[in-house]
Amino acid sequence: MGRKFWKNTEVGVYRVLMFLATSIIAIALLLIIVSILYKGLPSLNWQMLTQVPKGGYYFGKEGGILNAIIGSLYLSFGATILSFIISLPLAVYINIHRAKQKRLVNTVRFLLDLLWGVPSIVYGAFGFTIMIYFGLRASLLAGIITVTLFIIPIMVRSMDEVFKTVPKGLIEAALSLGSTRSETSYKVLSRQCIPGIITAILLAFGRAIGDAAAILFTTGYTDYIPTSLSQPTATLPLSIFFQLGSPIPEVQNRAYASAVVLTVIILIISIISRILSRKYYQERIK
Amino acid sequence: MRDFFIKIFRIGRKIKDQFHSSWMFICFLLILVLPFILGFGLLYKSNVLIREQSLLQLLFSGNWHPLKGEFGFWPFIVSSLWVTILSMLICGPVCLLSAIHLTHYAKKWVLKLMHPVIDILAGIPSVIYGVWGILLVVPFVSRMGASMGHPNSGYTILTGAIVLSIMIIPFVLNILIEVIRTVPRELSEASLSLGATKWETIKYVVLKKAFPGIISSFGLGISRAFGETIAVLMVVGNVVKIPTGVFQPGYPLPALIANNYGEMLSIPMYDSALMFSALILFVVVTIFNMGSRYLIIYSEKKI
Amino acid sequence: MGNESKIKIDNLNLHIGKNHILKNIHVSIPERQLTVILGPSGCGKTTLLKSLNRLTDLYPEMKIDGSIFLNEEDILHSKTEITLLRKKMGLLSQSPYPLPMSIYDNIAYGLRISGRRKKKYLIKRVEHYLTQVSLWDEVKDRLKDSASSLSIGQQQRLCLARGLAVDPEIILADEPTSALDPLSSKQIEELFVKLKQRYTIVVVTHILRQARRIADYVIFMYMGEVIEHGPAKDFFENPKEELTKEYLKGAFN
Repeated sequence: MGRKFWKNTEVGVYRVLMFLATSIIAIALLLIIVSILYKGLPSLNWQMLTQVPKGGYYFGKEGGILNAIIGSLYLSFGATILSFIISLPLAVYINIHRAKQKRLVNTVRFLLDLLWGVPSIVYGAFGFTIMIYFGLRASLLAGIITVTLFIIPIMVRSMDEVFKTVPKGLIEAALSLGSTRSETSYKVLSRQCIPGIITAILLAFGRAIGDAAAILFTTGYTDYIPTSLSQPTATLPLSIFFQLGSPIPEVQNRAYASAVVLTVIILIISIISRILSRKYYQERIK
Repeated sequence: MRDFFIKIFRIGRKIKDQFHSSWMFICFLLILVLPFILGFGLLYKSNVLIREQSLLQLLFSGNWHPLKGEFGFWPFIVSSLWVTILSMLICGPVCLLSAIHLTHYAKKWVLKLMHPVIDILAGIPSVIYGVWGILLVVPFVSRMGASMGHPNSGYTILTGAIVLSIMIIPFVLNILIEVIRTVPRELSEASLSLGATKWETIKYVVLKKAFPGIISSFGLGISRAFGETIAVLMVVGNVVKIPTGVFQPGYPLPALIANNYGEMLSIPMYDSALMFSALILFVVVTIFNMGSRYLIIYSEKKI
Repeated sequence: MGNESKIKIDNLNLHIGKNHILKNIHVSIPERQLTVILGPSGCGKTTLLKSLNRLTDLYPEMKIDGSIFLNEEDILHSKTEITLLRKKMGLLSQSPYPLPMSIYDNIAYGLRISGRRKKKYLIKRVEHYLTQVSLWDEVKDRLKDSASSLSIGQQQRLCLARGLAVDPEIILADEPTSALDPLSSKQIEELFVKLKQRYTIVVVTHILRQARRIADYVIFMYMGEVIEHGPAKDFFENPKEELTKEYLKGAFN
């Protein structure tokens, strides 16, 4: 009786702990979203979303964060497009052209995983060094390049995981029909995996728009919407960061409001990719 | 005439193919060399400092006076270690327990709920975690410290660690779930058919089999935590002092880089010093990353 | 031969979603004989075997109903103490899955689980069961080595010994030789023939020749149904059903 009793008690205790652990995770997310919305929503208004900072904005006067919103979108779109141009061919390359050289492919995957693990602040510092070396100033372009380097591993590895699931027979069949390798790769592979590719793009885009450390040195910060690649630009994460550093309560409240904007963007991205991946999953089962 | 067009078409196709192939190859090369460029670039920039002062002194001296040219990174390294280890101590058990729960015990609705929860947590930007830290965790730690006889501003090592641990939960949890799922079902069946209960099977067989994977997931978590910048920077206090307790402020390496980039070019050797801290980050993170991944690959081969 | 039945399966049905995997199974398994469940791949024989010790619990998508009686006790009844029941049945899977521990601990595991912790006792038992599967001489000098360092054939015998160590009444084996080389397969088959004096053995196989070699009693399954069952001699020499005749002629393979 004693032994069994202790056995059952042990299981019971652990089951409670396990349930608590899972609950903590769910509650943490709830707390994050609720506290941001609670603090930020009251200060969020139309003016904030549609105007750039006016004179005295940083002392609590008129204006908005349109510069940061547009800047962030420019930066993330630029970096996502640039890294897509590099990532898709690379993912195709290791999954088709070099598919037979297992060692090489695995080495590339290993390197990509390492790059994925490198903190964004290191990319930022590195980007800054390069920028100085070429005599560039902090600009949208420098930011785009830095962020591109930082999201390439994410994009390639996500696409890679999708491509891995394409049956080898399909690729071989297409090749034997006489299409050249690039045609096969792009047509067969890409079309088969479009939802997966889009998910990968969204993932990278989310990283790009949310990251602050990589662009801290490289994009600068201005109150204007940039009109060319060589101009510095504001971004949402940095605008939150800087406004929060201000001692003036109105400015701090705007930081919370900006946080709401960024959170909503991230939530939208994650909902879209969720829908897509579910669809993708269903198609794959058929 | 028709033949001619077909020929042109074929040539065109070939050129296109050629172009694609060479572009692919360029991208491929880029990825092969990028880690090395990163490493060497940082090494090159920090070389000025390393040549000037001994590596040991740089790493283990506590004298940080950039204006006097004294660069001792010890306070920053200690802060980084404190924050990282503490955050893993919080995150590790939570993730492991939750991973077992989600893989073996959870009902369907829990899984349905937790999948998006983990995804969204993984997607939330660092700066948002920082804002949340300031809103909730800072006052919480301040009150907790006060009630335990350690009055503090709330901007402490512990605050940084709590925020950080929540940030890396989705990362570690995803790996753990994957690791536990790959334990063959037949092993559980074998253990169950010997009369073991479900919990005994998990404790003695599943977790044992998954052990290398669990260790690597923690290793990867550490490497992620060590380099995290903005969120930690916002709540950790940023005081250059060797911390001796969790209720004291700290100044981890990434925060050092992020906070001082503005003055970096105006003080001699300061830029080199900041690049040196980036190099430390790069090296430490890469070592943990490689070690953890090697452990996974190695243990897979052994099976 | 003592034809008392050890296990009685009554009106067993199993569904996975809309798929009907096992259909109205009615069959008895005789005590202390070697029963072979025979049939082409995917006919549900492995699932039937797993229902016998309710490993189907591991697959939440499986819906099972009906009853399986072991010594008058219904295995599928939710109040039945399942760990005790499972202990009465040793399981041998398709390819060997030694537990992630040493050779010694693989055998001792089941004993420790059931509360036997005296070292002297354990050592004696480990030797006993390893000898029973004729593995003792091969491994006695390296009991502390990881079980995965053994050859596949040795691993499968270790798994058999591990199952015997909890003193079962029944041995369930799911195509136990499919991953093994011919020599190791032969060893396993010989062990079964030796062990059936003391245990009730149920072997799933799709290899007709293996069934002919070892079976005392045959259950022939096709598409989730039991087509025919009976003593091996009758089954092979005098099949009653058309399907069985076809199968024995080799029309399926």
